[in-house]
Amino acid sequence: MISAPVEERVGPAARRRSLAIVRSVRTRVGRLLERAGDTWRGSLQLRVGATTVAVTGVVVVVIGVFLVDKVASGVLHAKRDAAIAQVEAGFPVAREALQDADPAVSNSLDQALQQIAANPVTGGSVAGPYTPVLGLPSGIPNGDERAILIPAELRDVVRQGVVAAQYAPVPQSGSSTTLVRGLIIGEPVTARSGSFELYYMYPLTAEQHTIDLVQRTVLLAGIALVMLVLVIALIVTRQVVLPVRVAAETAGRLAAGDLSKRIPARGSDDIARLGQSFNDMADSLQRQIRRLEELSRLQRRFTSDVSHELRTPLTTIRMAAEFLHGSRSGFPPELSRAAELLHTELDRFEGLLADLLEISRYDAGVAHLDSESADIRGVVAAGVEANRLLAERHGSKIVVHVPKAPLTVDMDARRVERILRNLVGNAVDHGEGKPVVITVAADAEAVAVTVRDHGVGLRPGQAALVFNRFWRGDPSRSRLTGGTGLGLAIALEDARLHDGWLQAWGEPGRGAQFRLTLPRLAGHTLLHSPLPLVPADVDEDDE
Amino acid sequence: MGPVKPRVLVVDDDSALAEMLGIVLRTDQFDPVFVADGSRALQAFRETKPDIVLLDLMLPGMSGLDVCRAIRAESGTPIIMLTAKSDTVDVVLGLESGADDYVVKPFKPKELVARMRARLRHHEDIASETLTIGPPDSPVEIDVQAHQVRREGKQIALTPLEFDLLVALARKPRQVFTREVLLEQVWGYRHAADTRLVNVHVQRLRAKVERDPEKPEVVLTVRGVGYKAGPP
Repeated sequence: MISAPVEERVGPAARRRSLAIVRSVRTRVGRLLERAGDTWRGSLQLRVGATTVAVTGVVVVVIGVFLVDKVASGVLHAKRDAAIAQVEAGFPVAREALQDADPAVSNSLDQALQQIAANPVTGGSVAGPYTPVLGLPSGIPNGDERAILIPAELRDVVRQGVVAAQYAPVPQSGSSTTLVRGLIIGEPVTARSGSFELYYMYPLTAEQHTIDLVQRTVLLAGIALVMLVLVIALIVTRQVVLPVRVAAETAGRLAAGDLSKRIPARGSDDIARLGQSFNDMADSLQRQIRRLEELSRLQRRFTSDVSHELRTPLTTIRMAAEFLHGSRSGFPPELSRAAELLHTELDRFEGLLADLLEISRYDAGVAHLDSESADIRGVVAAGVEANRLLAERHGSKIVVHVPKAPLTVDMDARRVERILRNLVGNAVDHGEGKPVVITVAADAEAVAVTVRDHGVGLRPGQAALVFNRFWRGDPSRSRLTGGTGLGLAIALEDARLHDGWLQAWGEPGRGAQFRLTLPRLAGHTLLHSPLPLVPADVDEDDE
Repeated sequence: MGPVKPRVLVVDDDSALAEMLGIVLRTDQFDPVFVADGSRALQAFRETKPDIVLLDLMLPGMSGLDVCRAIRAESGTPIIMLTAKSDTVDVVLGLESGADDYVVKPFKPKELVARMRARLRHHEDIASETLTIGPPDSPVEIDVQAHQVRREGKQIALTPLEFDLLVALARKPRQVFTREVLLEQVWGYRHAADTRLVNVHVQRLRAKVERDPEKPEVVLTVRGVGYKAGPP
């Protein structure tokens, strides 16, 4: 317990280094494994192929080993049985030949062996060629150096007077020194000159050849079998995977909007059924979308027609009202007032109609941007100018802070002016006669315009609601401007059309601020705004 | 008897609107003539020789756009479109087929009359003046009094509006005009309204005076600001 911190103090830097290395290796290996894992998970064909090869491989190896083992032991057993039979059959010949052999006489033993080898019974080809070797009684040196090839265990068994066999390396042929795998059979021979052990060395060259051949054949057959199974597996998977891939690709194209794309479905198998169901689904989707498109087209057409049909009589009414309004000085007071009301309410009606048509254009998705590079300061000035009369009526002062240098922005000036007109109008409307402050700021990517009022402000949660259609903060409050209730909703749509932001902030009693942020170049995505949404003076108050 | 009342050809199929237009126009000292069918508009135009045309875009018989093109093919008489559609496509189509200006229904009668007067006013401009703009090897010469434009000895036929636009630019060759200023000077708008008017007419003007409208030398674009005349 006590030594633990000491250990840690020994080399924290070195430890950290080694930890870092371990970590980097681990991450690198991890990444490799991940990539391999991705490929593995990503390809059904690879998975099926690998699994098939593994399973077939194991089966083939087990069967092959078993088969080769059986064949080898069979061949060797047959050889041993034949060799023993031959040795036993040749026993009398051997005893005869060795009867007079004398180990002391150098030539006599060789002669005896030649005799044995030459004998038709012992020298027959029943068990193949062999080399006879004599094991002499212990103590007598053997001139035949091949005798040392005879294993000691075998000699021990044979000396006890039993015929025995053992596998051991033997010369390839009588005179050769090359050792090959072989079978040695020993038999004790008792002659007049003493007790001999006669060993027959059978080279197993032919048998080994047979076993090798069987081994090679089994190996090749096994490899061929595994390959065949692999190919079959790949072909079968391909037959399944290909249509699935086509289906996936087609689904992708459909998702991308190419509704006419279909899968070629032939036959009546499962794959064809999949294709058929897929195509049915695509047909159904296409029908639905066509129907919706048709509805949308009708809607747009209707909007356009309503617009025209309403506008023409409205123009006549408008002109008539203006005409009456223009000559109201000659009317009795009630009639004069009626003409006045007709005139002002027509303005409101027209504004509402225009806003409704604009909103319906957005809803139908036909609003489009007429973008052009322009100085936003002029647009801000126009938005303020449009509200000058209203501000005068409210007694509000409009303060504008704009940069001195021109600020070009890619925008649809008509729409941006409408946004600002709506924001300023809204601020004057809710500003309770206090100043309305407009600030313009920009950086390389974006330009922001904030419109601040110091009126009643917004209660928590209302900032999200102000852009709703026909929303009113305080339903009991009367409207001075006769605003349509659609202004901010349209402004929000206009801002969105520019890929811009329109946001609101407000606190009860502290007023509200609306911030419009637009990308300076068309098509750029906004990431930030050059101006804060919450006014700076409010932050200070909070501190 | 005061000055001759300008004659207005009103092409509109809505009888109530036409009648109301008649009341307003007569009150404002115009002499309106009416035709309700697009296919009879051109014939009426030839017979009445109006000073200005008010043309509804949606007409039975022949579409307003076709009527506009037909009139423009034989005359530079100012045409003001009455349209119920304020969509860019509709407005630009109307302007491209030759209309000088447009008012969107429902318009205020005062606004309509102001636009008509702005279009008619320029005919009264009389001042002996010759302007030259464009590249020195092939200048564009403008005789303001005679209402004639020549380039390389050939006369170029411009509508009064195109002529006014060119003269406005040529009178101050070094000045860059914003679209808003041009709208005020040429079209008589007091508040900046629709800059599409300027864009379309600059294109039409270029098609007539430039050697290659793709590479303008007479009416140059100043990116982000507006237009100016090419150096003389």
